[in-house]
Amino acid sequence: MTLLMAFIIGGSICVIGQLAMDLTKPGITPGHILVGYITAGALLSALGLYQPLVDLGGAGAAIPLSGFGHSLAQGAITGVQEKGILGAFSGGVSAAAGGITAAIVFGYLAAVLFDPKD
Amino acid sequence: MINMDNNEKLKSAQQEEYHHLVNRVKPKPPVVKNCLWAFVVGGLICVIGQIILNYLLSIGLNKQDAGSLDAIIMVFLGALFTGLGVYDDLGQKAGAGSIVPITGFANAIVAPAMEFKREGYIFGVGAKIFSIAGPTLVFGFVASVLIGLIKLWTIN
Amino acid sequence: MAAIKKKGLQTLMFSEPPFITSSASLVGPKEGEGPWAKDFDRILDNYLFSEKTWERAESKMLREAIKLALSKQKLEPQDAELLLAGDLLNQIISSSYAAREINIPFLGLYGACSTMAESLLIGAMLIDGGFYERVVAATSSHHYTAERQFRSPTEQGVQKVPSSQWTATAAGALVVQKAGAGPRISCATVGRVVDMGQTDAANMGGAMAPSAADTITTHLQDTGRSPDYYDLIVTGDLGAVGMGLAGELFVKAGLVPSPNYSDCGVLLYDGLQGVDSGGSGCGCSGCMLAGPLLRKIKNKEINRLLFVATGALMSPTSSFQGESIPGIAHAVAIENM
Repeated sequence: MTLLMAFIIGGSICVIGQLAMDLTKPGITPGHILVGYITAGALLSALGLYQPLVDLGGAGAAIPLSGFGHSLAQGAITGVQEKGILGAFSGGVSAAAGGITAAIVFGYLAAVLFDPKD
Repeated sequence: MINMDNNEKLKSAQQEEYHHLVNRVKPKPPVVKNCLWAFVVGGLICVIGQIILNYLLSIGLNKQDAGSLDAIIMVFLGALFTGLGVYDDLGQKAGAGSIVPITGFANAIVAPAMEFKREGYIFGVGAKIFSIAGPTLVFGFVASVLIGLIKLWTIN
Repeated sequence: MAAIKKKGLQTLMFSEPPFITSSASLVGPKEGEGPWAKDFDRILDNYLFSEKTWERAESKMLREAIKLALSKQKLEPQDAELLLAGDLLNQIISSSYAAREINIPFLGLYGACSTMAESLLIGAMLIDGGFYERVVAATSSHHYTAERQFRSPTEQGVQKVPSSQWTATAAGALVVQKAGAGPRISCATVGRVVDMGQTDAANMGGAMAPSAADTITTHLQDTGRSPDYYDLIVTGDLGAVGMGLAGELFVKAGLVPSPNYSDCGVLLYDGLQGVDSGGSGCGCSGCMLAGPLLRKIKNKEINRLLFVATGALMSPTSSFQGESIPGIAHAVAIENM
């Protein structure tokens, strides 16, 4: 059951982005999409609206970049509850640290190992 | 003075007319086909993430750590397929279905890293690695700090 | 004192039309799979051309095209008195480094994708003006150097839209001489920058079509020629979308009868090659002129060609700063005389 929900929720979240790309005025690049999703995820998370989506869709809500924004927001909130103002600054990044570091390290490795293919 | 105003008006009227012409002639993207591809590919990538997550939970990791490790593994997969040169082909078909999942974030970091290797590791790879995904981190961090500060203010 | 060789608003009439005595073209694999493969002098089997970077490959293509064009007239590089060349890369490094290797006097040009026409018309002016007896006009573009500079890294998953174009990997070089045999450059029209407020970088054809229509209309007015004077009017790289727009603009401008009109970006590839609206880049019009079009003129299939290369004069910086995309088009009349 969770696999089906992951598929449906994940797919639907992506379709929103596709509609944004196809129907809005030109100039929406992947960069815009990435920023939009991470910010929207953080905002919805802060309003308590993203967790229900995660409960329902599991990875379907966690894997899209809005899920990353959700981790950032929840990390900041937990940080603030535990450490006050220090937590506001360190909480978000700590929660996302694994993913970001992985991206940098694997990016560097891929650059070492692979060349762009034509 | 009045002539300049009239010229401006004429120019913008002409531009508006041309804009309508362009919109009429320009082929529209196949929205339904694109959305179907985005739905299916995005959904499948999430399913892969769910399978990995289920496995990590089954071997005893707590929810937090399982989620983190799941993200790391998906980033690895996105990086791998970018390195192998297939992620861009997927992107052409799947559009948002490949950009939105965290694998797309990995692709946006790995692609410029690979591309600019020819300019060296410091000023090529090092400097350009965040050229596309940088804004994501900036806005993500700013949003998280703001949310933290607002939460702090509402607690007190 | 009136300029005796200028006619009308923007057109230059050459009193002794210079000859295009030879030409050469080098293209990449994708272009070599297109309909004109046998008209290109050399088709590369990969995009690196045995170099370490695509930028070096592009410069090498340009250099080899120049040397090949000269060698067809049994000439060495030092026999060409002047090189006029340009490309799309920042600081036109393809041309500059090609000129370094060939070691002849060099004037670098930037007209974006209109460079083939720009270099030809300046070369014709210098020859007809008695400054040079022989000039080489050349240009190049490379798909991957253009993508990494203007758009995105190769391996990034970006979804192209139907109005997008494929920057051609191609170099074209023409030898223009005061005396000799071959098709002649009778006149040329220098274009004005035309900006109709288009901001969509994925629809360059839409941004450039107005300048093409403007230059062609001005050329016909200045020369008093009818649109059917020319066996073919060809634009550089408007692509299918831009071509459609240009057609509408010709009608609006009252061009009657409507010209026999085509576009190098549309011609270069066949429909199944997945290039959306068509080819683009300096080399697109460069290789089409140096290869198939000149061959047809020499065979007398075409006797009067109006070659109108089109360029989009923006940069990533101007686009990010919210500027629209200005276009320019230069027209060169090449005729069997």
